[in-house]
Amino acid sequence: MSLVSEGADLARPLPADLARPQPSLAGVDDYIALMKPRVMSLVVFTALVGLLVAPGHLHPVIGFTALLCIAVGAGASGALNMWYDADIDAIMTRTVNRPIPAGRVLPGEALAFGLMLAVGSVVVLGLLVNTLAGVLLAATIAFYVLVYTMWLKRSTPQNIVIGGAAGAFPPMIGWAAVTGDVSLAPVLMFLIIFLWTPPHFWALALLKSDDYARAGIPMLPVVAGHDETRRQILLYTLVLAPAGLAPTLFGFAGLLYGAVALICGAMMVMLAWRVYRDRTGPAAASAAGKLFAFSLLYVFVLFAALAADNLLSCFGFAS
Amino acid sequence: MNAPIEDGIVLTEEQKRRRRARSIAIALSLGVLVVLFYVVTLIKGPAVLVRPM
Repeated sequence: MSLVSEGADLARPLPADLARPQPSLAGVDDYIALMKPRVMSLVVFTALVGLLVAPGHLHPVIGFTALLCIAVGAGASGALNMWYDADIDAIMTRTVNRPIPAGRVLPGEALAFGLMLAVGSVVVLGLLVNTLAGVLLAATIAFYVLVYTMWLKRSTPQNIVIGGAAGAFPPMIGWAAVTGDVSLAPVLMFLIIFLWTPPHFWALALLKSDDYARAGIPMLPVVAGHDETRRQILLYTLVLAPAGLAPTLFGFAGLLYGAVALICGAMMVMLAWRVYRDRTGPAAASAAGKLFAFSLLYVFVLFAALAADNLLSCFGFAS
Repeated sequence: MNAPIEDGIVLTEEQKRRRRARSIAIALSLGVLVVLFYVVTLIKGPAVLVRPM
């Protein structure tokens, strides 16, 4: 090892762009975009329901703190995902305007932002709410970033099937924030979101398969073809619909929730059937688009019904 | 004769505006955290140090 030569290297003038880095162009809105606010809204809502339906009492401020930490943890996952995926985001039309590929945020800035949010949200949740909730949030962020983003996304068409677990954790974290443990009910909520993820994302993947192919992401329509994807969407939806009824069947929710889950499940199956049936032309794109749009509504309505059902039973109106 | 002194980075008005917006956002976030810790400490009292699993 020669310290002299290293010193000589360091003495060389730096390239102009390194010697004088340009000031950041990022606005507050760019940092908000890094946190994927639309994904965050689903995370916060399902976590809120997990928190509301859990037995026991939690002071509203502590409950707010738990939700804030879960939201920030989800934002951290989004920022770290955008940092790692900046190369493929720059290729896909759906993501080319994200802050990093658009050049408004530097990758290092996004990495620092994501790491700071991740550590901060986990520590605050663990210290101010309870340790289990903090551990679950840490596991969720790690699973999304390390397992889904860095490993599965670019290596297997089962990426969103397994990676869907990350999105299914929030109601469990909300539940754990109140009770300090995990029981069957939060596992059922986890299961609903876990089974909902494949039909939801594969419906989008059918519409954006060219984008994914160009970026080299092995989404199911790219690897196995559109017909196989349609078959898998239908199969997963046929499992999802009865799984949606599980909270009522296991006595954790009442008939109000059961009726909503039955109707919404039937709608999901009908739309998945149309995706399976309509394979060409505008009808195929329309069917996939409708399933994608309704699947978003499905999970919101189901969890809203779960909260409403629980609220009614709290006031003595057992459904 | 002395070498010319470099002026350094001169921010444009837009860059100044964005930097100011970022600074305000950071200040607000820190303020929220301070208030949150204060309120939680009041709510929990001595139990703020008890962290159940």
